[in-house]
This record gives sequence, C-alpha cells and structure tokens, in this order.
Amino acid sequence: MALATASGVEDICRKLGNDRTRLMDIIIGVQRRYGCVTHDSMEVIARAVGTERVEVESAVTFYSFLSVKPQGRVVIRLCNDLTDWMKGYDAVADAMAKELGVTMGETTADGAITLASTPCIGMSDQAPAALVNDVVVTHLTPERGREMIRDLRRHLDPPQLVTMVGDGNNAHPLVHAMVRNNIRRRGPVHFRDFESGKALTNALALGPEAVIKQITDARLRGRGGAGFPAGVKWASARATAAPRRWMICNADEGEPGTFKDRVLLTECPHQMIEGMTIAGYAVGCEQGIVYLRGEYRYLLAFLEHILQERRDQGLLGRDILGRKGFNFDIRIQLGAGAYICGEETALISSCEGLRGDPKNRPPFPSQSGYLGDPTVVNNVETFCATSRIMLEGAAWFAAMGSGRTTGTKVLSIAGDCRKPGVYEVPFGITPRELLEAAEADNPGAMLIGGPCRQMIGPDRFGGRICYDDLATGGSIIIFNRARNQLEIAERYLDFFIDESCGHCTPCRVGLVLLKKAVHKVVSGAGEPVDLDAMRALSHFISQTSRCGLGQAASNPVLGALENFTALYEGLVAERKPGLLSTFDLSSAVVDAELRVGRQSRYV
Amino acid sequence: MSTVQFVLDGQAIEAQDGQTILKAAEAAGVYIPHLCAFKDLIPHGSCRVCSVRVNGRIQAACVQTVTAGAVVESETPEILEFRRNIIDMLFAEGNHFCMFCEKSGNCELQALAYRFGITSPRYDYLNPDRDIDMSHPDVYLDRNRCILCGRCVRVSQEVDHKTIFQFVGRGHEKRLQVNGTCLADTELSATDEAVAACPVGALMPKRVGYAIPVGQRAFDAAPIGADVDARKGGAA
Ligand SMILES: Cc1cc2nc3c(=O)[nH]c(=O)nc-3n(C[C@H](O)[C@H](O)[C@H](O)COP(=O)(O)O)c2cc1C
Ligand code: SF4
Ligand code: SF4
Ligand code: FES
Repeated sequence: MALATASGVEDICRKLGNDRTRLMDIIIGVQRRYGCVTHDSMEVIARAVGTERVEVESAVTFYSFLSVKPQGRVVIRLCNDLTDWMKGYDAVADAMAKELGVTMGETTADGAITLASTPCIGMSDQAPAALVNDVVVTHLTPERGREMIRDLRRHLDPPQLVTMVGDGNNAHPLVHAMVRNNIRRRGPVHFRDFESGKALTNALALGPEAVIKQITDARLRGRGGAGFPAGVKWASARATAAPRRWMICNADEGEPGTFKDRVLLTECPHQMIEGMTIAGYAVGCEQGIVYLRGEYRYLLAFLEHILQERRDQGLLGRDILGRKGFNFDIRIQLGAGAYICGEETALISSCEGLRGDPKNRPPFPSQSGYLGDPTVVNNVETFCATSRIMLEGAAWFAAMGSGRTTGTKVLSIAGDCRKPGVYEVPFGITPRELLEAAEADNPGAMLIGGPCRQMIGPDRFGGRICYDDLATGGSIIIFNRARNQLEIAERYLDFFIDESCGHCTPCRVGLVLLKKAVHKVVSGAGEPVDLDAMRALSHFISQTSRCGLGQAASNPVLGALENFTALYEGLVAERKPGLLSTFDLSSAVVDAELRVGRQSRYV
Repeated sequence: MSTVQFVLDGQAIEAQDGQTILKAAEAAGVYIPHLCAFKDLIPHGSCRVCSVRVNGRIQAACVQTVTAGAVVESETPEILEFRRNIIDMLFAEGNHFCMFCEKSGNCELQALAYRFGITSPRYDYLNPDRDIDMSHPDVYLDRNRCILCGRCVRVSQEVDHKTIFQFVGRGHEKRLQVNGTCLADTELSATDEAVAACPVGALMPKRVGYAIPVGQRAFDAAPIGADVDARKGGAA
C-alpha cells in the first residue's frame, strides 16, 4: 500500500470541506487509502481541519477498524461472535492462521494480508462469516478458508471472492454480495409491497402535529431495544425551540446476534428512508443522518443510489413533493468498528467526528444532541414502521401485538436451529413458538435480546416477546442443551470488556475484575463466597455505570448464575486456610528470578 | 435565578435551579465524595465516586441537576459500599505505590481511601504496563498513577485555553495522551493550571516534591471533605 503523503491526506480533508465535524470520514478515508493513520497523517489532518493532533489520535485509536500501525492491503476480519464459535470459528481461524503463517492480529511479512477477529458482523444466520476488506464471506469452513487465502494471495482483490450472489437486492449490482436474506416469515408491516411517496403524501396531508399524534396513537415504541415511545421523543424535539433539528437513523446494529436491520436496509430501503423523511417533517428537521455500521459498508453504494433516486423523484431535497419550504436531505455516516456507537449519544459523538464516548445526560438528545441541536435517534425498523402506519393508520397498527406493545417485531433468530433467519412476528409471540418455527435442535436456553438482555431456560419458553415480559431489539439466539452456559457467559463478558468505551470506572475496571472472578470459578479454583462476590460485583457495575453498556454488561453472568445455579455451585468448594487457591508462588517469582539471574532456593 | 427544594438524606435543601446535586450539597455543608468533578469545569461523570440515588436511580451527583422535590440518598450503606468499591478499583487498575509517591498526603485518591477506611486491597492488582514521560523540563507525567479523571484535559482546554491532553484507546486500554510525541513536545508550561489540577501523583511539577514536608500536607491532619463537613457546624 502507498505511503501516506501530506498532499494525499490534505486532499482527503479538502474533499470533506476541511470540516472538523467530518473527522470520521476523513480518518476512514486515510485508513482505506494508506492502510493506517500515522502520527504524521494525524498532524496533517489536525492542521487541515483546525484541531490538535491528539484530538485526531483520540478518535483514531477508539475505532477498531482504524489503526496507527500499517495493516495489510487485505484485512480479513473473522467474526468471533458466539454464533460463529458455535458453528466452528475455532477451526476456521486455525486453518486460516496456519495457511497465512501468522497468528490472529498479525500481518503477513510481505504486508499483504492481515488476519484479525471482530465481534458480530450481523451475519449470525450464515456463520461462520468474515469481512475481507468490505466484502462479506459467509458459511466458512476450514477448507473454504484455506482456499480463500490461496485465492487472495494470487489476486489480493476481495471482490473476486464473490462467486455467487445472494437473493433479493443482494444480487443488485451495487451490492453484489453472497449474503442471503433468509426471510423466513413475512408480516404485515415490513417485507411486503411498498410504493414510494404514498406514505409521505399522507403525512403531508395530515400536517406535522397530526403525524406525531398518529404515531402516538399507534403506540409505536422504538425497535432498537429500549422501547421508548417514538411519538413522545418526536414531540419533545419538536417542542424544543431551535434554528435546526436533526433526524438520525441508527443503523449500527451491533447487538450480537442481531441482523434484522441488515435485511431491512437491503430489502426495504425506500420504506426506511420514507419513514425518516416523515419523521423529519413531523419534528421539523431539514437534515438527517443514517449512521451505518462499518461492517455494512457493502451496502453503502446501494443506499447512496436509493437516496439519489429519491432526490430525483422529488422525495428528498428541496420542496419535497412540491410542498414549498419542506426541505429534507440525508447523508450517510459510516462507523468504524465500535459496538458502543449504537448507543444513541455515542452515535452522536461519532457523527460529530469524536471518539464514540457516550455523552452525559441531561441534556437529552431531543433537547441538545448532534452539534448541540435537538436530535431524534430512531432505529431502522422504527422508521419502516412509521411509513406503514402512515399508509394503514394508527388503529390498524395498534390492533396488532400484545398489551402495551403494539405492532409486529422483526426478529433475527440464530444459533442451534435449522432455520436461522429473519421472522416478522406479532408482539406477544412465545419463545416456544419461535423454537418451533426455527426448528430448534434440543433447545436448552435462549438469549432474548442479545447479551445485554436476558438468557432464559425452558421454564420461561412460555413467556411473551414484548416490552412487559421478554424485551428484545431483535436478537434471539438458541442454545442446545449441550452448550456450556458458563463459557457462554464468559465469552460475552469478553465482548463487553473489549467494547467498553472506558469512560467510567465501574465498566472500565469492574468488568475486568468480574471476568477474573468468573474465570476463577470456571477454572475450578473458586469457593462458595466467590459466587456471592460475583453477584455483588455484577450488581455494583449495573447500578453505577454511566450508560446502557455498563448497566447491561453483567447480565450474561447474572443470567447464568440465576438460570444455571447448579452449574456454578458444582464448581466451587470450601478450601483449607492457607495460600489463596489462585496464587502460584513459583510462577509469581519467575520474573524476579530472571531479572536477578538466579533461582530461588525456597520455591 | 429561582430556587428549588430537594431532600438529601432526609434533610431539606434549598438549591439554585440548574445547579448540580454535588454543588448544591456542598453549598449546604454536605460533603459528597468526588474525584473527576473539579471547580467549575464541565462535569465529566467518569469516576462515579459521587454516585447518589435520585428518586430511586443511581446518578452521578456532579452531572445530575437538582429538580424540585427530588429525593436524594447519599450516605446509605449501599451507596457507601459502591463508593468504596470504586476507590478500591482505581487502586487495582493502576500502579499506586503511595510510600514512594511525592503526592502522598496531598493525593485525593489516597485521602478518599483513608476517609473510607480502606487499609488493604480488595481486588487483585491489574499491574498494567504504563509509561512515564520525564521529557519536559518542569513537569512529569507518570501514567502508572493516572486515574483517567480528565481534570488535566478539561483544565487545559477550558482554563488554560490549550489542548495539551486527551484520551486515546478505549476500555481498559484507555490512556492519557499528550499533544505530540512527548510532553516536551507540547506547549505545556509549569504554571499551567492543568498541572495543579491533577488529583493524584500523575501530573507533577518537578523538583518541589517535598517542599511541603510529610505531616503538613493537605490531608494529613483531617480527612478529605473535612472543610465541607465543618461548614455544617459539626463533626467530621
Ligand atoms: C450499548 C448500546 C448499544 C446499542 N446499540 C443499538 C443499535 O445497534 N441499534 C439501535 O437501534 N439501538 C441501539 N441502542 C439503543 C439506542 O441507544 C437508542 O435507544 C435507539 O437507537 C433509539 O431508537 P428506537 O427508539 O427507535 O429504538 C443501543 C444502546 C446501548 C446502550
Ligand atoms: S458504562 Fe462503559 S461504555 Fe458506558 S460510559 Fe461507562 S465505560 Fe463507557
Ligand atoms: S493525569 Fe491526573 S488529572 Fe490527568 S487524567 Fe490522569 S489523574 Fe486525571
Ligand atoms: S465526581 Fe461525579 S463522576 Fe466523578
């Protein structure tokens, strides 16, 4: 890869208007062009956009797709999510590392290929999967992995790895991906006919306040996980006096095991963007941003094309649908590998060109968000539902669902089942029904809502998927009875440790200490008091952490302790007083012995 | 500015509208332990030592503003335990050798440990690998002792109007970084307010370490917060 030159880096900055707030696009651009963002490049960028080098460094070192040290021309990011691990990640990783002659995280000596691992890339239904630069490869096996590396060594051109394209828009020339949609069940809201412009026309006929009332009457709650009423959020942002407001679509989809937004973006982009436009109209925004996770970059050109199509049709831009003064346009902001950027205030930080740290609340984004302006952040599916409500009416929508949770939910089901994929179901459906539909294989547990939510055992398979019982942003992972629940908890804990932004003490330090405590028990060195210590530590972290990540990160451990108590209890035993069972005296003095150059006589 | 009333541990407190719970409590003579909050800086909300329960939810007192009628709990056994835990964790996270540290006696982390009666570590030390930057003629930065409170970052920007410091990396690999290859490479001067703002022995002026003898230092005679406690007109 070419070495970065000052003029090359300046060129990238200039194309983005030397705009400090577009720092994300600048550093992503430099990374892609030169394989790294060196300190020299940071210096050039800082000068161009009017900031300091350390501010650029702060952002670069936050995102896992960016690096200060050079990476290979081709970067293979093997997805190490739990579902991939269940489908043979270890063997694939091993085969690829051997074939390349490197270990995980390293680059081949010729600087051609880097092998790295990455958390969930949104392909749990076709795991094991990997990103090869922007290209998604799915259903990997050790043999396929080796073959792929031999091919890459020959051409170093990842797009050539796509020999067969998937269904639907995955076959669109601008997508051209081997990804499959795996839409297993279609429902009334999403995966059906959608005629661009009609929902928006209806919204314009109603007027902004009446649109918000419709959404409120439909009792539409956010589909990203937290379930906050969309109408309330919009009304609050609309009521905040400001010269500018922003409408942001959260397409970061980072919760492990979630991939439904990927399919919505692929198959329902018009419905999503129209929903965003309607929301923008209702709230009084002229600008919108789609925050697209870096893992979904393969959809970027396609989505840009859809935006352009809509501009050409008068559905975006100035005087939309001929309505004087109704202006609304959208830009796409790419992420660069950070789960925390799905949290709405971290997402806003990232859009502002900062490291993806969440912000302190208050103020809330609807009062002061992106660049200090009132901002609404909603999930992809929330916007899709908005369009359908404008077509079919609030009463129609509210008639579906269960209790206080109306409408349908798009679920991503993966794990130990024969039919992983996307299911649009009415709220209120039971886990048992989902197990049947997905043809689960000897199910012993289900993770509802990803690791940040809850693991349930068979005693709760009769519960209900809704905000009052089993809430989920879409992720459902099925585990058969043979799966080691303690190992699962430990792996998810690793995920949260890696993805913590590091701002606050309980999450940054507490999770590492919790991991040590869990490991002590799992490795057989624990005592009964260690289980209480784990509970106390988990409680502490969830109570005192600043944002939703830290508040949820101990859930896998707490869930395993609660549902599989006997497993943990079977591993601990009272020990005789004396040295801590975890303490190994001889290994503790090895370093000191090496340094002084002699061996201790007493150990 | 209008005033609002809220209840802190059963005591009615008058506060200014928009004031943080931490500031309102302090003005009323109630000490809430804190580390990353500093003077009039924009709140950071990172250490979480100031955790209080506001209407049932744990919040950072340095970030949360008072609302009329709010019920705030501070000195409950549960919250005291949370705070103690955080102090313990900050010790476990870095490499703190108080007996060799010039800041001893003036260190807010150490003083909080004393206030909370912490005499021995609760958690295994994480023994991280961290750098020391001695390059600057008048100031040194020992990252082993840095608790990532961001006081230097914010004072440098908000008071000194420079950008000398910022955080890099994330999660447990987050570190304090300077604007250049090393401190000597930056525009830091020994008289910058940022240097004096560090609560621990991480950012230290050189050659004055023992100008104030041990025994006469800020927290040698009375625990941290004693000044606020005293304003209440009572015992520490
Ligand atoms: C750690 C964390 C990660 C999150 N990731 C996502 C995400 O990937 N997609 C999403 O829509 N919401 C995510 N959220 C929720 C958002 O903060 C926010 O609530 C949501 O985008 C609001 O949209 P909605 O109301 O339409 O669901 C996340 C929250 C947390 C705490
Ligand atoms: S809880 Fe974790 S992710 Fe959230 S602000 Fe704190 S350190 Fe960052
Ligand atoms: S150097 Fe001191 S003031 Fe700066 S972040 Fe570290 S502990 Fe805080
Ligand atoms: S003092 Fe409030 S979080 Fe640090």
